[in-house]
Amino acid sequence: MKLSYSGKAITGMLTVVPAHERKFVDEMANFNFSPKRSIKLAEVMGYDRHRIVAGAVTSSDLAVAGLEHLFAGGKLQREEIDALVVVTQTPDHLMPGTSKVVHGRLGLHHDVFCIDLNQGCAGFIIGIMQAFMLLDQPTIRKVVLVNVDVMSRKVSPRDRNSYPLIGDAASVTILECDAGAPAIEARLKMDGARREALMIPAGGLRRPSDATTAEMVEDEEGNFRALDNLKMDGSAVFNFVLTEVPELIRGLLAETNTDVADIDSFLFHQPNRFMLQKLADKLGVPYDRMPSNVVEHFGNSSGVTIPVATTSNLSARLVEERLRVCLAGFGAGLTWGAMLLELGPLNFCEMIEYQEDNQNG
Amino acid sequence: MSKVPAILAQVRPEVDFTGAADFFEEGLLDSFDLVTLVSELDKAYGISIDGMEIVPDNFNSIAAIETLLRRNGVTP
Repeated sequence: MKLSYSGKAITGMLTVVPAHERKFVDEMANFNFSPKRSIKLAEVMGYDRHRIVAGAVTSSDLAVAGLEHLFAGGKLQREEIDALVVVTQTPDHLMPGTSKVVHGRLGLHHDVFCIDLNQGCAGFIIGIMQAFMLLDQPTIRKVVLVNVDVMSRKVSPRDRNSYPLIGDAASVTILECDAGAPAIEARLKMDGARREALMIPAGGLRRPSDATTAEMVEDEEGNFRALDNLKMDGSAVFNFVLTEVPELIRGLLAETNTDVADIDSFLFHQPNRFMLQKLADKLGVPYDRMPSNVVEHFGNSSGVTIPVATTSNLSARLVEERLRVCLAGFGAGLTWGAMLLELGPLNFCEMIEYQEDNQNG
Repeated sequence: MSKVPAILAQVRPEVDFTGAADFFEEGLLDSFDLVTLVSELDKAYGISIDGMEIVPDNFNSIAAIETLLRRNGVTP
């Protein structure tokens, strides 16, 4: 699907990562593989350390911490929020939606349009699209987009295919009307037929959680996980990304008469370093214009990785200048999307840490 | 002489690949070893194997790997 937007812009971005950090070398003993084999894989994929919550922290905890930081710093006022979009695969509850939990905990006024989206690694792209649709309403001038996942609580610590790369994080992105903003082009594709490639099989109504869904079972590659855990078909996801994403990006660039050289930064979802370098090779993008260091420093936080890549690599530039960027998100659904836009100068672009002695609600 | 056996030995030093008909069918390599193997081949031969070629069929034997390398314009 082709999507176009005008008169809208991203005006601020904050990310929240847990202060708690774990190192891959300290977790290797959990995996059913020789240390040498694990270290070799870590070098290729970029596993080093990841930020994951230590306790029973929820998505709304990270989101509220981010928004309270903005309120305290005067970067956002409660009363100017017209809409709150929360994108998460790890909601606090099956119902109500996490946007309502955040709304209540922050004491926002009753005229806020709250909506939840269940999206994975394409969640930042889809969240922006939803925010832009809301900004078409004359009564909505400012949208707060929250992307948040605490996926470490749903991944088996004995699953070498997923656990070392997982990170927890939240982002708060402010989107506003701006009559002078340059046009934005986006593309989005879905394939629900391949939905099982990334799935948490149990815990919904199709397969409610019970004692059997919590049982750890060894797979053919020596990983242990339960039906309550995230299951990633590594080969299927790998082939999906390296087949579909280059085609999507090439189409977007061609249809907008844009060359790779015209783009200052390719801010892609961060599955692992290997996959990103393969995408860069295929698209002819120099590695220094496609950050691939998020898994290494923070972990893959699903729909939050594009904001994490942005705030950890480009924050100093983005508060000073305008960059032409190509965003791409791809993952659960399967869903893949891309967006070409000019970003900055932003009112704020920063990362903060979440301390777990914060009061939880 | 082909460098492929030495590269395989780097990826799985504890495994004897000689005589195996299909590395994946016989459990000598798994999908994550494949990623490590591709990375080692890229480095050793100064190439970037295309993502669409990274499927087990292209890596299930020494002969298959050597064919892939030749397709990428290098001598195994």
